[in-house]
Amino acid sequence: MSDSHVEVRKTYKLLIDGALARSESGRSYEVTTAAGAFLANVAQGSRKDVRAAVVAARAAQANWWSATAYNRGQVIYRLAEMAESRRAELAEHVALSEGLKPAAAQVTVARAVDRMVWYAGWTDKVAQVLGGANPVAGPFFNFSLPTPSGVVGVVAPQESSLEGFVDCVLAPLCVGNTVVVLASQLRPTPALLVGEMSTTSDFPTGVLNIVTGFTQELTPTLASHEDIDGIDLEGVEGDAADALAKVAAGSIKRVLRPRGRHDDPTSLRRLRAFVETSTVWHTIGQ
Amino acid sequence: MTQHHLANSELGSLDYDPAPESAQIAKLKGAYGLFIDGQFTDPTQHEQFASLNPATEETLVTVAHASAEDVDRAVASARKAYDTVWSKTTGARRAKYLFRIARIIQERSRELAVVETLDNGKPIRESRDVDIPLAAAHFFYYAGWADKLDHAGFGADPRPVGVCGQIIPWNFPLLMAAWKLAPALAAGNTCVLKPAETTPLSALILAEILQQAELPEGVVNIITGDGSTGSALVEHPGVDKIAFTGSTEVGRLIQQRVATTTKRLTLELGGNGANIVFDDAPVDEMIEGIIDGIFFNQGHVCCAGSRLLVQETIADEVLRRLVRRVEQLRVGDPMDKNTDVGAINSAAQLERIKELTAFGESEGATRYTSSCALPDKGYWFAPTVFADVTQSHRIAREEIFGPVLSVLTFRTPEEAVAKANNTNYGLACGVWSEKGSRTLWVAQRLRAGVVWANTYNRFDPTSPFGGVRESGFGREGGRHGLEAYLNV
Amino acid sequence: MVIPDASTMPAVESEAQLRALLAGLCGVDAVGAEARAAKLATRSIKRSTKRAALDLAISMVDLTALEGADSPGRIVSLCTKAMRPDPRDPRVPSVAAVCVYADLVAQARTVLGDSSVKVAAVATAFPSGRASLRVKLADVSDALDAGADEVDMVIDRGAFLSGRVGQVFDEIVAVKEVCGRAQLKVILETGELVTYDNVRRASWLAMLGGADFIKTSTGKVVVSATTPVALVMLEAVRDFAESTGHLVGVKVAGGIRNSKDAIHYLVLVNETAGSSWLTPDLFRFGASSLLNDLLMQRLKQQRGAYVRPDEFSGD
Repeated sequence: MSDSHVEVRKTYKLLIDGALARSESGRSYEVTTAAGAFLANVAQGSRKDVRAAVVAARAAQANWWSATAYNRGQVIYRLAEMAESRRAELAEHVALSEGLKPAAAQVTVARAVDRMVWYAGWTDKVAQVLGGANPVAGPFFNFSLPTPSGVVGVVAPQESSLEGFVDCVLAPLCVGNTVVVLASQLRPTPALLVGEMSTTSDFPTGVLNIVTGFTQELTPTLASHEDIDGIDLEGVEGDAADALAKVAAGSIKRVLRPRGRHDDPTSLRRLRAFVETSTVWHTIGQ
Repeated sequence: MTQHHLANSELGSLDYDPAPESAQIAKLKGAYGLFIDGQFTDPTQHEQFASLNPATEETLVTVAHASAEDVDRAVASARKAYDTVWSKTTGARRAKYLFRIARIIQERSRELAVVETLDNGKPIRESRDVDIPLAAAHFFYYAGWADKLDHAGFGADPRPVGVCGQIIPWNFPLLMAAWKLAPALAAGNTCVLKPAETTPLSALILAEILQQAELPEGVVNIITGDGSTGSALVEHPGVDKIAFTGSTEVGRLIQQRVATTTKRLTLELGGNGANIVFDDAPVDEMIEGIIDGIFFNQGHVCCAGSRLLVQETIADEVLRRLVRRVEQLRVGDPMDKNTDVGAINSAAQLERIKELTAFGESEGATRYTSSCALPDKGYWFAPTVFADVTQSHRIAREEIFGPVLSVLTFRTPEEAVAKANNTNYGLACGVWSEKGSRTLWVAQRLRAGVVWANTYNRFDPTSPFGGVRESGFGREGGRHGLEAYLNV
Repeated sequence: MVIPDASTMPAVESEAQLRALLAGLCGVDAVGAEARAAKLATRSIKRSTKRAALDLAISMVDLTALEGADSPGRIVSLCTKAMRPDPRDPRVPSVAAVCVYADLVAQARTVLGDSSVKVAAVATAFPSGRASLRVKLADVSDALDAGADEVDMVIDRGAFLSGRVGQVFDEIVAVKEVCGRAQLKVILETGELVTYDNVRRASWLAMLGGADFIKTSTGKVVVSATTPVALVMLEAVRDFAESTGHLVGVKVAGGIRNSKDAIHYLVLVNETAGSSWLTPDLFRFGASSLLNDLLMQRLKQQRGAYVRPDEFSGD
């Protein structure tokens, strides 16, 4: 029977404002496996798609941040549950995209799921680790709290199509930012699967927006967009990061420079990258 | 402005038809054994005791009475699990077990709420909306810490303590189990938990949940019994840490017993919380807060706001509104979704409340008691407010642990602080005012582990809870709650 | 029962005195108020209480048609339905009133005749309230001349928010005077007042000015009635009754579309102002689609099965 079944292929779309949609440009590009075989036609996002994604992310940010940290944790944990139940599918795409053996791909997927669980647990602890009371010399109650930068643009790693993607996206989401992410250009399908899962994980629309397409074409738009507050350049290769960092300086963005895959997984570098410290003074007296 | 009083009867007289939750949801078995090494086992002495429904005085189930021998078995099981499994399980893996437990509590929340209400007598609205969701939230919160202990501020790679003996009270049975187990397991300890004699059921359902979560055998052992069981657990040489929540009286004994050992100890004991009301308080919300502060869970709350300190200028007005509101409370069948105040947990507790309130009257305080009808069977006490109470009255000095509020007055913030602090306890206080600077001034001076401003009886897994002075030591909840279970 | 006594109404003699009186009202803690409203929403209303509540709610509806496109035919349909919400079941009570713009009052009056259903007219440059007092009073007179029993006026939110409370007060007093025996409902438009403190102060301001009802909203701004806002207004009428003896009604309007919400409001009334307010004389729902849902739930209680929306007319 299985021999006679003609495969129904999936159209891979952008995720903008909670909707899976083709590029407004109508363009798509061919994505191949690591071995060079046809894998899928994927939407080739345009500058206007990036713009629409930023509008969605901005609109969603205040509510995502004002949701309780507990609620954000539950949403991210739900994503882990969805990913766990689709591990086989994720592993297949990671194996095809990254050219890994099935066992190695499964290990990668398991680590990615664990990473989701790790971030699910951070939402309601960041304030306790990064914030605190300040003993100022005077009759004041003074405390500092970490608050999100706002809308964060992420250039996802080109190589690590799932694990790297999850890490770069969930760190800013976890602390209350909303995200516009450019998925790996050559290996976008694992990221798109995570995007699909996010639409069934209680993520409010617009919190996570995924644009696929040509990194070189879209990164200048992301770096220069004045309504983006921070940018993670992890997936930018070579000297391009310098140029983009300069562009980002135009609107005083917080910039996270690429560091490759040697990052310590227990480091809080990514969590700290897109938080601001907000300090309140209050008088004390009868 | 002149005040014309509306007759109390005009409030809330739209009669609500009974809206009872179904007791069938509890799916109780006839008898429960001891949960040791991942299995329910018979007690070695084959002794059983009954757990009653305090609202009807009917037996719900019989549970095993754990002897010293059983305690030994439980501790041995916890030790083995610690040595062979749990201390070698990574934080990330421990986290996932805790997340599972949290999820199963959410999934079985309705059943747990019904069990809790049947066994404890608290209104189903509270077990459904407070106890059970908070218990799940505690597991969620500490699940997240299990793989992040390096970031908790206790130095790099903090180690667990070992085997923990945990003894919990009857007022929030499942929630207290969660407060004890979640941080202990996250930090890498194994546990022997003893629920209270009158409320063992939800802990036994939790044991089933631990099985469903496939928590490795022996990591948590749950043994039912009375004071002698608790005593055997405290004295057991194989226990590295004791965590106790209960009365100051028993806490003192426990501290004496472990004083000459290397056992770590945390105590969460009694209280006699003051709710301080200034004349600029948001009055409607303040009245609700006072009501919640003393009548939530029939006043069986160690941090209950049992003393109301009102600024003299508004004392009459506050008392009038308070009495009107007390009269509105719906007292009765805890299983009815519209019940505000349920049954007193046990005959013994009811006796104590009656005894102390009798003192209130004989010492000259003015008593207002709700005119609500009380059921014939079961243990009941109508919500009561005493006015004209002074610092020297027994009802102001002792912890009543029931639905009884004492009202005192003050004139200045200093006087309010002095009166609030004039107790050996120091668990929680409330401050009601729209003036933030004064609230913080008062909070700084209150000798209490928790100060609530314009709210009362708020609990959250991220927020540390615990007392000063004779209300105990150690904190539960929050980042601070990890310290008790880490060898730091 | 409290007997209204005009002599106990505090006299407002100056804007400064009025401002001081409003500033002296105690604050509302938003967290506490919202928690209280949410807690009351967990009341479980079942069986005979639910049946009684549904009928009570129907009798409290101000059936509302406030669209620019409303046709005379729609008003006829609306008034017919107001008198007999379920043509097949005479036990279903009439609604309290129909609520229309002044130009449609005469027609509504003709259809309703001398039935128990009142004609309420929105007036005073509804919904924005942006017109001169002369125009506002003319608007009210038009409505009364055409046969309105009740007038739903809007306050000048701009004046209130900028602190010109005397102006707001004077307008209410002037409208009340024109109203004569007609009932005056004062719309606070709480969605534009934003804070609960403002809601409490505006409630007292309106009651001191002579409002027979205080009403949450026009239904024409983004935020309409909410349960915490209703809670604060119910506390205000309760406290006002205690201090003056005057029982002022509350009308919640906008966004109340189903029976569950309506019953939540009745619980709120019952446990805040008290059962004295559980009458169409003192509590109203300003709504259009709510009535059909109440009728559907009522029928469901009788039949034991959920019914189709098409059981009842669309208007």
